[in-house]
Amino acid sequence: MELFLHQVLAGLATGGIYACMALAVVMIYQAIDHLNFAQGEMAMFSTFIAWQLIQWGFPYWVAFVLTIGISFIAGVLIERIVLRPLHGQHVLAHVVAFIALLSIFNSTAGFIWDWTIKSFASPFGSGQLFGQNLISPHDAGMMGVTIVMLVLLYLFFRHTRVGLSMRAAAANPESAQLAGIRVGWMTALGWGMAAAIGSVAGMLIAPVVFLEPNMMLSILLYGFAGAVVGGLTSPGGAVLGGFAVGVIENLAGTYIPVVGREMKLSIALCIIVAVLCVKPSGLFGRPVVTRV
Amino acid sequence: MSKVLEARELCAFYGPTQVLFGLGLEVDDGGITTLLGANGAGKTTTLRSLSGMCRTSGEVRFDGKAIGGRATEDIVRLGIAHVPQGRGTFSRQTVEENLQIGAMTRSGRAAIASDIERVYGYFPRLKERRTQQAGTLSGGEQQMLAVGRAMMLRPRLMLLDEPSFGLAPLIVEELFGILRTLNQTEKVSMLLVEQNAALALDLADHAYLIETGRLVMEGPAQQLRDDENIRKAYLGY
Repeated sequence: MELFLHQVLAGLATGGIYACMALAVVMIYQAIDHLNFAQGEMAMFSTFIAWQLIQWGFPYWVAFVLTIGISFIAGVLIERIVLRPLHGQHVLAHVVAFIALLSIFNSTAGFIWDWTIKSFASPFGSGQLFGQNLISPHDAGMMGVTIVMLVLLYLFFRHTRVGLSMRAAAANPESAQLAGIRVGWMTALGWGMAAAIGSVAGMLIAPVVFLEPNMMLSILLYGFAGAVVGGLTSPGGAVLGGFAVGVIENLAGTYIPVVGREMKLSIALCIIVAVLCVKPSGLFGRPVVTRV
Repeated sequence: MSKVLEARELCAFYGPTQVLFGLGLEVDDGGITTLLGANGAGKTTTLRSLSGMCRTSGEVRFDGKAIGGRATEDIVRLGIAHVPQGRGTFSRQTVEENLQIGAMTRSGRAAIASDIERVYGYFPRLKERRTQQAGTLSGGEQQMLAVGRAMMLRPRLMLLDEPSFGLAPLIVEELFGILRTLNQTEKVSMLLVEQNAALALDLADHAYLIETGRLVMEGPAQQLRDDENIRKAYLGY
């Protein structure tokens, strides 16, 4: 029983990270109808920036906040410079741009910070939390930060005018324009926020998976799985999906002997395929109906 | 009478295809002008051209200011509210959120809140459904919401694209009654596109007739109503 509880809690902790990635993916998907493959590499690059800031002597939380700000601005700039000119272009143009971004960030990180694995300190310390072994301090901190961020995002989208504008722009760009909303800037804002969310995910998971240019590859896959489970059209669903994938991954790794640690990643892909077969729009997604 | 909207030599294009050919039309300040025509004549395109949603040439003046070629958002911000065909409500957002979206270009929380109440005053049914998702409303209620959202902009001019489309006659009557009230009490000028010519000519004071992208007739609404050819072709009696 304690093993089970332990695994569920650990799953929720990593699931929070997947939830963040899923949310970042869904935010951009809602704005431009494409999956950003480079989301993970953007988060990885942000994490390196945080690492660099800490190396330069900034306290952890200062570096944390600075990194979020830098990532936000970078996300806005990427949208303005790379994606804006592609607006209305064919899906393949977007795919190529995402692949380009992915490899640019990956190689640049390797070039600047080299490919060796670095450790990334946890701000929550190690050892025991309240003298028990159920959940480690880092897992608890990871869960706490994720939940705070998700609540803040929820409040932002529900209760602020900018949040409502962003929802309107994503739901119906043409009508939003007719209400005077600057849809292009809302998309850029969405990219900035997705990059910022990704940077938080990267910084929180780095102490677990260690820092190196390919660290986010599997995380993004789990994020995609979470987004597909919840539905690409439903931010709330994507978050729940991310948590679900985290728990499923951990429990399967523990209780299904053949899965073990090595096969865990394929769980994400199995989940994606299974959900797409049974409920293509995800558990909370809305089927897209197109008039022909 | 001064003109709130003037278009000269307005042409519109979809890709390489030209669909409007040198339209000239005006809307009186405080008046209601209607643009009549058959399916595919270019009515919707005319409205889309005026609010900068397709490629155009020619001159468009709003309140004397040239607005041709400007971005849709900027034209809207000047005070032109476009109620598109098919209503364009935000179906997953609530009725009240839809109204708030309509006021997104404005500041002043209190003024917006009181305008929402004013819209509810015109459309009491929307008030009953304020927390409901717009997609769950009936067609008539959605059209009312679309007009209400346009009101939230405090527009000088409203562009209405077939507001009667798909609605039951009683609902249409109610809606057009409210449009008339809005015109009179809120001093909103209107450019109304309609297939239902009898209805439109009743409401409007001036009318244009468009055929395959060209204006073929214009005059006071009364005069078009009495015109024999119009009566046969568009009014059906």
